[in-house]
Amino acid sequence: MIRRLGAGLAVLWAAATASYLALLLAPGDTVDVLVGEGPDTPQIRAAIVREWGLDRPGIVQYLAYLWRLLHGDLGRSYQSQRGVGEILATQVGPTVQLTLAAAAAGVTLAGLIAVVTAGRGRAARAAVSAAELVAVSVPPFLIGIVLLAVFSFTLGWFPVSGAAGPAALVLPALTLGLPIAGVLGQVLRGGLERALEQPFALTARARGLTERALVTRHALRHALIPAVTLAGWFTGSLLGGAVITEVLFGRPGLGRVAVDAVTGRDMPVVMAVVLLSACVYVVISTLLDLAYRAIDPQTRS
Amino acid sequence: MPAPTPTALPAAPPAAVRRRRPRSAVLPPLLPSALLGLVALAVAVPGLLAGADPLAADPLAALAPPGPGHWFGSDHLGRDVLARVVHGARHSISIGVVATALAVTSGVLLGLAAGLSPRWLDEALARAFDVLSTLPELLLALLVVAITGPGTANVIFAIAVAQIPAYARVIRAQTFVVRRSGCVEQAVTFGRGRLAITAGHVLPNVLGPIPVLATIGLGTAIIAGSGLSFLGMGPQPPAAEWGAMLSEARDYLRVAWWEALFPGLAITLTVACLTVVGRRLQRRFEGRTP
Repeated sequence: MIRRLGAGLAVLWAAATASYLALLLAPGDTVDVLVGEGPDTPQIRAAIVREWGLDRPGIVQYLAYLWRLLHGDLGRSYQSQRGVGEILATQVGPTVQLTLAAAAAGVTLAGLIAVVTAGRGRAARAAVSAAELVAVSVPPFLIGIVLLAVFSFTLGWFPVSGAAGPAALVLPALTLGLPIAGVLGQVLRGGLERALEQPFALTARARGLTERALVTRHALRHALIPAVTLAGWFTGSLLGGAVITEVLFGRPGLGRVAVDAVTGRDMPVVMAVVLLSACVYVVISTLLDLAYRAIDPQTRS
Repeated sequence: MPAPTPTALPAAPPAAVRRRRPRSAVLPPLLPSALLGLVALAVAVPGLLAGADPLAADPLAALAPPGPGHWFGSDHLGRDVLARVVHGARHSISIGVVATALAVTSGVLLGLAAGLSPRWLDEALARAFDVLSTLPELLLALLVVAITGPGTANVIFAIAVAQIPAYARVIRAQTFVVRRSGCVEQAVTFGRGRLAITAGHVLPNVLGPIPVLATIGLGTAIIAGSGLSFLGMGPQPPAAEWGAMLSEARDYLRVAWWEALFPGLAITLTVACLTVVGRRLQRRFEGRTP
């Protein structure tokens, strides 16, 4: 467990270092970016260099950067001159809402697909693998466009853009959740079918359990094990997909902030978003490791 | 990028399960290859499939529905959607192909280097691959674009960087297997040089999984490229690129579904065919490791 935590911290340190390197690699002088459209005199330049500590040696600046990170100080945005932490704090809510809704939708749909189709023969298997193939082949923004065209423009059930009210969350959450449902559903179904062929399934049937009870109480737990190993892909898919979904549906959020920052070369903001997603990844994969132990008693020892 | 990476390297299923899996549950056997051939033709000689100029605007014929003259309809500037989809293949596919080629080459070199270096260097490289693979590919690509700025070449570079860790990790693992194999031992016994052994014995033997991975990875790269173009980081208008076309078509969804449908279908079908072909290759080569 302690090793696990140490590995997580190492990943975060490396991500922080990588984003610091990215800042160094960014072309153009930091001072130029900070001066921007404002008046450009040697005095102002000198003041900026002093204020941001750009005259100190590289290693000192790097250590100072790590020290500030440790204290939760993510720096200041080049573009808006506001604190990066403050910007992220105001934008994190809608993204959390979106990703949680999408994860819930994806997992629920995947579970339904698996339970309904497992052990139902060739046709069901072909349908699920077709759905999975489509899920990995359709770009995420295309799912969103199709949903918009059908449910917003043709049927008028949901608003086209914005983040007002729960109705505005439905289509973005589906956009993000459907590919997850496709892939996860396929994996869960495969796991279920394998579990249902094992001796314990025969025993349970012999004890007179109904097929439904067998699936939900016994086989599903076995099917979860291969699904949990997909967690890394799952998290990445949510975080990366959120960027595109937010832009497509005109929702506020971190993905939106990231795209604007990339377009405006606002490195502190880009770095903070990258760091944040590394943090989320570390936290989630640690939690899922714990979940793995809860699901599979063989790994507890 | 929401990539189909989990399917890239699944553990080999037990023999009983593998045997029962229908060979072509989804598509008839030759269809994916035939469609990929068509896409390749569009990349090579787009004029053969669509005579119209993809950039010629005709405001009087704007937003015409599909029909004779414009088989896929026309877009908001009156440009022929069929011509734009066909000519767009060159942009979208070449972004994917060049990015994949770059990622495979660098991934193989880095993985090989890690697998053959002294322990500390190997550990350092392996941890670096691990850290890079914790970041979602799209965010990693965006980080690169933030450094380099938008544009086709930069998008290619960004996608390649985002995919290198995946290839490097596989090659590193393969290298460990191969360097302990009989042929390398024998070459060492015969006193051949380090470089000769690496080039003559290790390299050819670690490349085994690459065709399968690269085929599936190409699909991922095409999706990533169209995603970045959709966000406005790729080829700039009026270039006909599939993701950029979809981005423009979004504003006209209410009146012209065809402007979004056809480029969307083009991406989806291309990636689906690549995935199917990749998985078939995978099944054929399953269990054939050095």
